[in-house]
Amino acid sequence: MAGVVVIRNGWVVENTLEARLAEAGMTIGAVADLDDGSDHLGSVIDIPVDLFGHLNRAYGPEPVAIVVPDGVQVDAPVVVVVLTDADASAVFPRVIVRCGAGATLTVVELHTSTDVASLVVPVLEATVDRDGHFRHALVQEMGPRIWQLAHQAFKVGQSGTVEAFTAGLGGDYARTRIDCRLVGRGAEGRLAAAYFGEGDQTLDFRTFQEHAAPDTTSELLFKGALDGSSHSIYSGLIRVRPEAVRTRAHQTNRNIKLSPDAWAETVPNLEIETDDVVCSHASTVSPVDEDQRFYLESRGVPTRVAEQLLLEGFFQDVADAAPVPGVAEILKDALIERLDRRTGSSPSEPGSGSTGIDSATGDAGSAVAVGDAQ
Amino acid sequence: MTGSEENRVLRIEGLTASVGGIDILHGIDLEVRPGEVHALMGPNGSGKSTLAHVLMGRSGYEVTGGSVTLDGVDLLSLPTWERARAGLFLALQHPTEVPGVSLESVVAEAARADGRSTDGTYEDLVAEAARIGFDERFLARALNVDLSGGEKKRNETLMLGSLRRRYAVLDEIDSGLDVDALAAVARRIQEATEEDGLGVLAITHFGRFLEVLEPDRVHVLARGRIQVVGGPELAERLEAEGYTGVLAEAGASVGLPTGVTHPDGHEAGFGEDPFADPLDR
Repeated sequence: MAGVVVIRNGWVVENTLEARLAEAGMTIGAVADLDDGSDHLGSVIDIPVDLFGHLNRAYGPEPVAIVVPDGVQVDAPVVVVVLTDADASAVFPRVIVRCGAGATLTVVELHTSTDVASLVVPVLEATVDRDGHFRHALVQEMGPRIWQLAHQAFKVGQSGTVEAFTAGLGGDYARTRIDCRLVGRGAEGRLAAAYFGEGDQTLDFRTFQEHAAPDTTSELLFKGALDGSSHSIYSGLIRVRPEAVRTRAHQTNRNIKLSPDAWAETVPNLEIETDDVVCSHASTVSPVDEDQRFYLESRGVPTRVAEQLLLEGFFQDVADAAPVPGVAEILKDALIERLDRRTGSSPSEPGSGSTGIDSATGDAGSAVAVGDAQ
Repeated sequence: MTGSEENRVLRIEGLTASVGGIDILHGIDLEVRPGEVHALMGPNGSGKSTLAHVLMGRSGYEVTGGSVTLDGVDLLSLPTWERARAGLFLALQHPTEVPGVSLESVVAEAARADGRSTDGTYEDLVAEAARIGFDERFLARALNVDLSGGEKKRNETLMLGSLRRRYAVLDEIDSGLDVDALAAVARRIQEATEEDGLGVLAITHFGRFLEVLEPDRVHVLARGRIQVVGGPELAERLEAEGYTGVLAEAGASVGLPTGVTHPDGHEAGFGEDPFADPLDR
């Protein structure tokens, strides 16, 4: 790891950086401790987009900045842990990233909590300068009573690239807004997310792919599975400004419903103010494919394992899109954990045909498969 | 494994089944013993694929009567994957594409469910691929994704060889294959009957396939019943004379009653004969 930052209940409690990188001019730390700290605040979000953004700005006690000077290559990831263990509180962490011209940086964020009933409002603002390459992966695995309203905002300059991945797993209500603003010619943004809802979770994603310069490219792939009576909402907007000629922008959202009570909404939007663009969007909501499940079962794969394979297969391309190796493994583990929980807790839920579960799930399945599917 | 040699048989007795409330199978009796090859032929819409799906327990196919036992095990009471574990393999007419899921993981999970070792799964698949002249690079692809029709059928054969079940129902595994692939697939299945004592129920329209596979018995299904049973010579006669003649001689008509809708949705044709010369009608 190139560095570690631990933000507990909004306060920086740990902060390390590899000496070699510090010598190269890279800095990590609370904004107040950095010489040019205040320059970074609001570098992407000059005006907060909503009430929660204002609250974060007003009450965020210790924003953290990760600054990579021009030309510096940071190969190993910087790990940011955002931990919430204060009950009945409101927590406002903020991370500010600057990836200098020609620099490369990878940040892995883990948002976690103990089982507390708190509000968490994390904000990330990341600037990628000319020819910079920023990779960001965030795993949100907070407790079941957390309400989260997150905002990630990326601003990408000329020929710069951002690759961002979010795994939305935890929380009672978890909303994430992601803005990707491509402001320099040839800038590129690749956004991916995987989410899994269970119980009565609500997972809400709002994305903005904004093309404000010519020859910019954005790719978005969000995929989710919804179990129990969980809900997901995806709404996404591709906005192409008049000056952003030769834009290429794609947006795909696919959802699998694992239960008849689960609910997925998907609302894709395009707003194109110029000609000469290639844009597409696609969205689907469907149960586990009956034919695929039968096919695997006909080979002797138990129902529960077949569903796990199909879900892993469903998430495969989005896991591949994660810019940090190892995220696919985290996702797979989270998936297995949830499928185990599901067959363990509700073996008799009488699924209709559309649930992708039938009577085969119950008795015999567990004897053979549970526990040794590695 | 279950009892004596006497017990080792896939036995279908008085099997009736319906799809979407329409009776398709009107009482099927058929026995396949280890090492035997039975060909099931018959005009389109006669119920061949329905029988295959009923045997494997596909949802939407309702058994209304009769029984099916595999080496003494009551198949109809088991969910699909346990039927497979009990010893049944079904090669689908239209193998399903499964994005993101590898052949190896499916075969390994099936082995795990059987309580067999998953060591060497890949090496075994490579060896099986070589036996039927299937390019090894296809093994890395997601299951059936971006495979041609013929490649999918070879993929089915590969899994049949690798899973080593005791009985195999092959729903037109020969369709879509070129001449060389057809011979390779038929040869592999023939070898499985000899090496492993695989019992085969092969649904087919093609005499060429049966020339290599050499059926012990040929059954002709029409209107949801087996109307004619014979030796290999029956397949040759069907090839030469078509279903209409052979069935008429046996006192049976060919197609579904008129006015009945096939489960696929189209109006059931009367006496469609896949071997008939289209210019000669």
